[in-house]
Amino acid sequence: MLTKLRFLAVLLLLPLVGQAAEFDLNQLLVQLAQTRSARATFTEKQYIGLIDKPLESSGELAYAAPGRLEKRTLQPKAEALLLDGGTLTVERGNRRHVLKLQDYPEAAAFIDSIRATLAGDRRALETAYRTELDGRFERWTLQLTPLSNKMLAKVSRVRINGARTDLRQIEIVQTDGDRSVMSIDKAAQ
Amino acid sequence: MKSQRTLIIGLWLLALVVGALLLARARFSADMSAFLPAAPSAEQQILVDQLKDGTVSRLMLVGIEGSSGEARAALSQGLASRLRARAEFAAVSNGEAGSFERERALLFGSRYLLSPAVTPARFSEAGLNAAIGDSIAALALPSGAWLKTLLPADPSGETLQLFEVLASQESASLNEGVWASRDGKRALLMVYTRAAGSDTDAQEAAIGLLRDDFGATRASLAGRYPALAESRLLLSGPGVFGVEARERIRDEAMRFSLLGTLIIVGLLWAVYRSARALLLGLVPVASGALAGVVAVSLGFGVVHGITLGFGITLIGEAVDYSIYLFIQSGSAGAAGDGEWRRRFWPTVRLGVMTSVCGFAALLFSGFPGLAQLGLYSIAGLVVAAGVTRFVLPLLLPSGFAVRDLSTLGERLESVVLRPLRRLRLLVPLLALSALAILLWNHENLWNRDLAALSPVPAQQQALDAALRADLGAPDVRYLAVLGGPDREAVLRQAERLTPRLDGLVAQGLLAGYESPSRYLPSRATQEARRASLPDAATLRARLQAALVGLPIQPARLEPFVAAVDAARRAPLLTPASYKGTSLALLLDGLLIDRPGQSLALLPLRAPQSGIDAAALDKALAGQPVRLVDLKTASNRLYAAYLDEALELVAWGMLAIVLLLALVLRSPARLLRVLLPLLAAGLVVVAGHVLAGVALSLLHLVGLLLLVAIGSNYALFFVGSERTPSLLLSLLVANATALAGFGLLAFSSVPVLAALGGTAGPGALLALLFSVMLDRHEPA
Repeated sequence: MLTKLRFLAVLLLLPLVGQAAEFDLNQLLVQLAQTRSARATFTEKQYIGLIDKPLESSGELAYAAPGRLEKRTLQPKAEALLLDGGTLTVERGNRRHVLKLQDYPEAAAFIDSIRATLAGDRRALETAYRTELDGRFERWTLQLTPLSNKMLAKVSRVRINGARTDLRQIEIVQTDGDRSVMSIDKAAQ
Repeated sequence: MKSQRTLIIGLWLLALVVGALLLARARFSADMSAFLPAAPSAEQQILVDQLKDGTVSRLMLVGIEGSSGEARAALSQGLASRLRARAEFAAVSNGEAGSFERERALLFGSRYLLSPAVTPARFSEAGLNAAIGDSIAALALPSGAWLKTLLPADPSGETLQLFEVLASQESASLNEGVWASRDGKRALLMVYTRAAGSDTDAQEAAIGLLRDDFGATRASLAGRYPALAESRLLLSGPGVFGVEARERIRDEAMRFSLLGTLIIVGLLWAVYRSARALLLGLVPVASGALAGVVAVSLGFGVVHGITLGFGITLIGEAVDYSIYLFIQSGSAGAAGDGEWRRRFWPTVRLGVMTSVCGFAALLFSGFPGLAQLGLYSIAGLVVAAGVTRFVLPLLLPSGFAVRDLSTLGERLESVVLRPLRRLRLLVPLLALSALAILLWNHENLWNRDLAALSPVPAQQQALDAALRADLGAPDVRYLAVLGGPDREAVLRQAERLTPRLDGLVAQGLLAGYESPSRYLPSRATQEARRASLPDAATLRARLQAALVGLPIQPARLEPFVAAVDAARRAPLLTPASYKGTSLALLLDGLLIDRPGQSLALLPLRAPQSGIDAAALDKALAGQPVRLVDLKTASNRLYAAYLDEALELVAWGMLAIVLLLALVLRSPARLLRVLLPLLAAGLVVVAGHVLAGVALSLLHLVGLLLLVAIGSNYALFFVGSERTPSLLLSLLVANATALAGFGLLAFSSVPVLAALGGTAGPGALLALLFSVMLDRHEPA
C-alpha cells in the first residue's frame, strides 16, 4: 500500500521535476500542440529605416490546428492574410489573391515560423531554422535563425516570446535592419 | 474521219498536258478558312481576321503531365529557354520568376504616362501629402512589405496604381516556381508563335520544333529525373487545331479516296474482267478530276484541301459515264460506233445538265468551301462526260467490247426488277411517312451551331478548355468593340468607356476586362499626364511642404525627383515601345490599326454567373460601343450561310425541275423522274432525324449530290431506249457511288461524314425507288 502511494506521488511529481530541471524544445512544442484553436488581437510596430517613426498596425489573429492561420489587419486599413495548408490568400477590399506559399519563401518565413511553433511541429521548425530556447515554461523565448541563404537574404532572425502555451510577442528582424514587433493579446475564449 | 479523230485525241492530250502544268503551279491551302464563312461587313471581317491571324490565333497552350512536380518544373524551364531562343516563337511564358522582368521594368519606367492617378492635383502639395501618406500607410500592411524598395523612387505609389490594374488579370497558380494546373498535376506554358494561326504550314513547323525541344529537354534531364520518361506533352490552341484538322482531313480524304478507288476498281474488274476495259473506263474520271482541280485553281487562285477530299464524290459519279457506255453498248462491239451515242448519250447529257444545274447554285455561295465544291464538280462532271462522249470511243480499239453481260442483265431484270415493281406503292408511302417525320421535327431539323462543322474532336476541345481555365488564358467570347478612323480616336473612346466598365465590375456584372488604353493611353492622355509633372526645383519645393507631418525626410525622396524629371523629358509611349515584349502581343490583340479604320477590342471576363447580355447592353446604352458575343456572332453568321445555302439549293432544284420539264415535255415523265429523287431525299433526311443527327450545311450539299447522281438513274428509266443490260449498268454505277460515299459516312471529319451519310444511302434509295416506279414492259 505504501509502495503504491509512493509510486503515485512520484508519478504526479515527475513532470514538475522534469520542468524544473530541463525545459527543452520538445516539451514546449508538445504543450503548444495541445492548443487546437485560438483567437487573439495584435498590435504591430514596424521599424523601417526610411521612415522616421515606427508604423503601427493592429488587428486580429486566429489559429486552427494544424495548418490554418489568419492575420486580419484592421488598422490602418483592412487587409487579411489567410494561410491554409500551402495556400496563402490575401484579401484587400473585394480583391482576393491566392498564392502558393512555396513560391514566396520570404513570406513563408514570416508566417511559417509562427505556424510551426503553434502547431508544435518540431520537424518543420528545424528544417528551416536553427532554434534556441531560453527561459522556463512560464516565460520562454524561442529564437529562430533561418538556415537557407535565400531566406537569410531577407530575414536574419525571428524571436518569439511566450508564456506557457500563449505566444506573447513575435519580433522579426530583417536583413536590411528593418524590424517588426507584434504584440499578441489573447482574447477571452 | 481519221484526221478528225487525231485532232480530237490531240486536243484532249494537249488539254491534259496544260492541265497537268497548271496543276503543278496550283496553290493548295488547308487552313480552316473553308469552315469560316467570309464575313459580310468590313467590321466583322476584321473580327474574323482577328480569329484567323490575330494574337488569339497565335496562342499555343502547352501542358506537361506525368512524373513529379519538381521534374515537370525543370522540364518546363528547360523547354521555355529553348523555345525563347527560337525565332519562330514570339513569346514564351511559364510563370518563372524573372520571365516578365523586361515587361515589369518597361511598365515601371513609364509609370507617369500609364498611371490613371497622374493629374496636376496629385503633384500639388496637398496631393503629394495624401499620396505619400497612403504609400506609407500601405507599408504597414502585410502586402506592403515589397513596396519598401519602391518608396524612394515612387512615393506617390504609381506602381501600385498600375498593379491594381494589372493584377485584375487572372493567371495560373504556381508549383515549383512555374505555372501549374490547380490540382498541381500539370505544368503549363503559354507560347505565342510568330506566324499567324491560319498559316498551317508555319504552325505545323512550330509544333514540330516544340516537340523536338520537348524531347531534347527531357533527354537532357533524364539523368537527374528518370521519371520524366513517362511525362507527356499536351498541345492545344487554334494553330494546333488547324494542323490536326488538316492532317485528319488529308489522311481521311486520302484513305477514303484510295479505298473507294480500290473498291471501284475491284468492282469494275469483277464486271469487265479486262485490264484494258478497266483502264479505259477510268480515263473520263481522271480527266474530270484534273479539270476540276485546275478549274478551282484558276477560278479561286487557291485550292482548298477539303475540295480535294471531295475528289471521291467525282469518282462516285463520273465513273458512271464509262460504265454506261461500256455496259449499255453490249458485247457487239457497239461502244466504238455511234450506236450508244445515239441511243443513250441524250439521257446521260441530260443527267449531266441536271447535275450542273444543282452545283451551279453552289457557285453563288459566300461560303468559300461550297463555291469551290460547286466549280470543282461542274468542271469535273462536264469534262468526264465530254471525254466519255467524244474521246473515249475514239480510244477504243475497233470491235472493243466488254464481255457479254446480257444474260446476267436479263436475269437481273427478272429476278430484281419484277418483284421490286410490285412494291411501287411503297415509294409514296415511305415518302409521306418521311415527310410526316420531318414536319413533326421541323423545329430541330437544322444544327445552327458552327461547331457542327468543326473538325476538332470533342476530346480535344475539352483539353483546350481545361488548359485555358488553368492558365486564365483569355477566352475571347465577349468583346466590347470600339471603332474609329484612327488609333488615337479609338484609344480616347476606350478611355471614356473605362469608368463605365469599372462600374460594371463593381456591380458584379463583369468579372473584369482588358483594354488597350491600359498599356497605351491616347496621346492626349499621355501628354496631359506628362504636363502635370512639375520640374525638379518645383517638386523639391512642394515636397518640403508636403512632407510636413509625414514620417519621412525629403532627402530620402531624391530618386523620386530624378524619376519625375526624367519622365518629363521621356517620349510618349507608342506600340513600338513594347516591341519584343509579350505586351506587344497583348496590345496587338486589343488594338487593330489599319489605314482608315482602327478598332479597339476590349475582352470582357464573365462573372461566375455568366454574362447578362441584356443588362450589359442596358448599362452601356448610349456609348459608341458594340458588344460582340463571338460565339453567337459566328453562329449567326453560320446560320445566315445555312439560310443562304438552303435558298441556293432551292434555286438549284428549281432549275433542275425546269430543265427536266423542258426536255421531257411531259408532266407524267417529269413526275416519274422527280418522285424517286424526292422520296429518296425525304427518307434520307428522315433517317438522320430519327438517328438524332441534326442537319448541317454539308448534309444539304449531300442532298444536292443525291439529286445529281439519282437523276441519272431516274432519267434512264423514263427513257425509251432500253437494253437488257440497262439495269446492270445502273447497278454497277450505283455500287461505285455507294462505295465512294458510303465509306465517307464513316469519316471522323464531320464535313466528310455528313456528305457521305447523305449521298451514299440517297443514291441507293434513288435507284431502288426508280426501279420500283419503272413501268417499262420488257419485250
